[in-house]
Amino acid sequence: MGLETAAPASGRVGVLRRQAVTRAAALVTAVLGLNYIIWRWFASVNWDAWWIAAPLVLAETYSLVDSLLFGLTVWRYKERPAPADPERGSTVDVFITTYNEPLELVLRTARAAKAIDYPHQTWILDDGNRPDVRAAAESEGIGWISRSEDWSGMPRHAKAGNLNNALLATDGEFILVLDADQVPDRRILDRTLGYFRDDAVALVQTPQVFVNVPEADPLGSQAPLFYGPIQQGKDGWNAAFFCGSNAVIRREALMQLGVTRYVTETEVALHKALRTAGRVIAKARRNLGPDQARLAGALEDLAADVAQVKHELRRGESIGEVTYRFQERVAAVSRGLVSADMAALHAELASIEGLAEAAGVDGGSSLAAVDDAALDRLSQRDWSPLGAIETVRVLIGSVNADRGAEAQAVMPMATISVTEDMATCMRLHGLGWRTVYHHEQLADGLAPEDLQSALTQRLRWAQGTMQVFFRENPLVQKGLSMAQRLMYLATMWSYLSGFAAVVYLAAPVIYLTLGILPVRSLSTEFFVRLVPFLLVNQLMFYVVGRGVRTWRGQQYSLALFPTWIRAVTSAFGNVVFGRSLDFAVTPKTLQAGGGRPWHLVKPQLAAMAVLVFAVLAGAARLLAGAGDLLGTAVNVVWVAFDLLIFSVIIHAVRYPGFAAWSQSKKARSKPKEGTL
Amino acid sequence: MIEFVIDKLSDGIGVIRPVGRLNMVSAPQLNSAVAGLIDEGTVRLVVDLSGTDFIDSSGLGALISGLKKTRQSGGDLRLASPTAQITAVLELTSLNKVLRPASSVAEAY
Repeated sequence: MGLETAAPASGRVGVLRRQAVTRAAALVTAVLGLNYIIWRWFASVNWDAWWIAAPLVLAETYSLVDSLLFGLTVWRYKERPAPADPERGSTVDVFITTYNEPLELVLRTARAAKAIDYPHQTWILDDGNRPDVRAAAESEGIGWISRSEDWSGMPRHAKAGNLNNALLATDGEFILVLDADQVPDRRILDRTLGYFRDDAVALVQTPQVFVNVPEADPLGSQAPLFYGPIQQGKDGWNAAFFCGSNAVIRREALMQLGVTRYVTETEVALHKALRTAGRVIAKARRNLGPDQARLAGALEDLAADVAQVKHELRRGESIGEVTYRFQERVAAVSRGLVSADMAALHAELASIEGLAEAAGVDGGSSLAAVDDAALDRLSQRDWSPLGAIETVRVLIGSVNADRGAEAQAVMPMATISVTEDMATCMRLHGLGWRTVYHHEQLADGLAPEDLQSALTQRLRWAQGTMQVFFRENPLVQKGLSMAQRLMYLATMWSYLSGFAAVVYLAAPVIYLTLGILPVRSLSTEFFVRLVPFLLVNQLMFYVVGRGVRTWRGQQYSLALFPTWIRAVTSAFGNVVFGRSLDFAVTPKTLQAGGGRPWHLVKPQLAAMAVLVFAVLAGAARLLAGAGDLLGTAVNVVWVAFDLLIFSVIIHAVRYPGFAAWSQSKKARSKPKEGTL
Repeated sequence: MIEFVIDKLSDGIGVIRPVGRLNMVSAPQLNSAVAGLIDEGTVRLVVDLSGTDFIDSSGLGALISGLKKTRQSGGDLRLASPTAQITAVLELTSLNKVLRPASSVAEAY
């Protein structure tokens, strides 16, 4: 991996030289890219074939923007010097989050966490609430936390909820968050706490590196470009990302976020309720039967109460007092309704008792005994006749200050996305906190070992990122600098690559089979403008990557196009239409089941078949004298490149998991040793 | 160190007076104090901040948790007599939009 903490021997001069080369490459890439794309839009689009020409020029523009954002990211590439020593006496909680991972896996991480040098308290955050995990934790002197009673019947919010629950059950100044499959180095706190000597620092993220991955990394698990130049670049813009694990967070920053979000959410819910109250109440009234005059009267009272709330808020009174008085008035209205109903019931019962007594049965007065306590209970929100109308119940609940629809009023970790880390980090930046990326491997991670799990994990990350994109778009969030907005956008933008990939697949196929070219001509000018850009763009990756393997990442950004597209469409459906994401927790051990999972990559296999067919069709057209030699040659090269990209899918499907891979590697190398 | 002085007024209002620093270490104790009063049936509470030298975001979080708990029991939680530091923190986080302190316990309800 070549992870380094401080600048290497060449020191400050080396850093400056690398920065100069990086910036030069980024600048030249930008100039050549813009030169190409402007010419493409204004002088080369074959509008006669707009149905492929327009998508292609859009896809190319997408790729150029991606490249420009990458250039901007690495522009302020930051190689931090060795960190300061931590202050003595800080209190630290180490959180190990788990849901359904095997006990042994959790314990291995927990034992390593307990052995961390800097004084701390270790906790297993067991969202599965498992007795065996609890017993094992207790026997090893490790803390065990599961959800409090407050969470029963409330939205659980997955890992974000798990962390929020634990935050209120612990009290350390700093929190180290570890996934159950990230075994920490004992130096992890000593190497990171020093950054918090700066009071403005909220978070220090370290890399996630996986130890159960072969050098060739068939599933693309390692992210050396991200946990390297990209995070270091974001760090330079004070936009280093929180990635959910292997990070230390300042509790004060999180709690401040929780408090300010509580105020915001309460205000938003309140004003939304007040805006829609008129409609909600009118609709509820229309749906009442003619025999429900009393309820209609109560709804009228409610409308007046809502008007009173608006009036008091305009007068500048606090949300707390205004909503309390509102809740008191609503309770009184409900009580009035219930006692009227009870009075009617009493009367009816009395007549029945009269009948019963007449028949010689001991009816007793107990039937009618409804005391005041019961009356109170019956008129409380969910049981009251007003509460029976769902929309009205929600309305009343929203004109309050208790975030009644959530388990906790204070939710420091953002719950708007399945990747709570990115959303939380963006909000911290919005409050003006600083974050740090510390480039040193301080934990050994376990990556998913089979394609199914890897795909599920990638889907989840992409979905979470796009949820944030749609819910809290960085371009319009308050408190972020323009560079921070673009750093968040850059990561979100990269997940749109699935759509571009489809176009990059379709264009050569269309040319080879139908002879339709999306550009006006494959002139010399076309190549003169395109080829230098492609070369310098690759050079930029090479310079920035400094030897790390970036090819796998490039392959997967195209080859997983069905995953990326599904992530974008499902996140959009979730945010805009409230549909489920079909969320699944990433399995951390090999999924059982024989056979190679070809079914998982059907779209990719189909695409490869179409590409091969297109080459044959192109050759046939050429032989028949219908095709153009240059055009066919260019498109065949393009197809070959696409096939090379997609070849990673074949390796991924055939990958047997790390243990089996290591075994077969040994088996292969033995005969060789014998011959020596 | 912190101490919680608990008092009940004649009109059924409970008063909690944190004396010392209300921070991440002592915040859970405030939660327990609130829960204790609610269990006894005292749901209208005032947190008297006149003896509270310092509050952090965890302390504010405990006040909000207390507000939620009392509201759910049909009561309320109010603040009284904040020191300058507390007033500043309430403004910084905008929490004063929801919880606006009264100048004395007597004026809280």
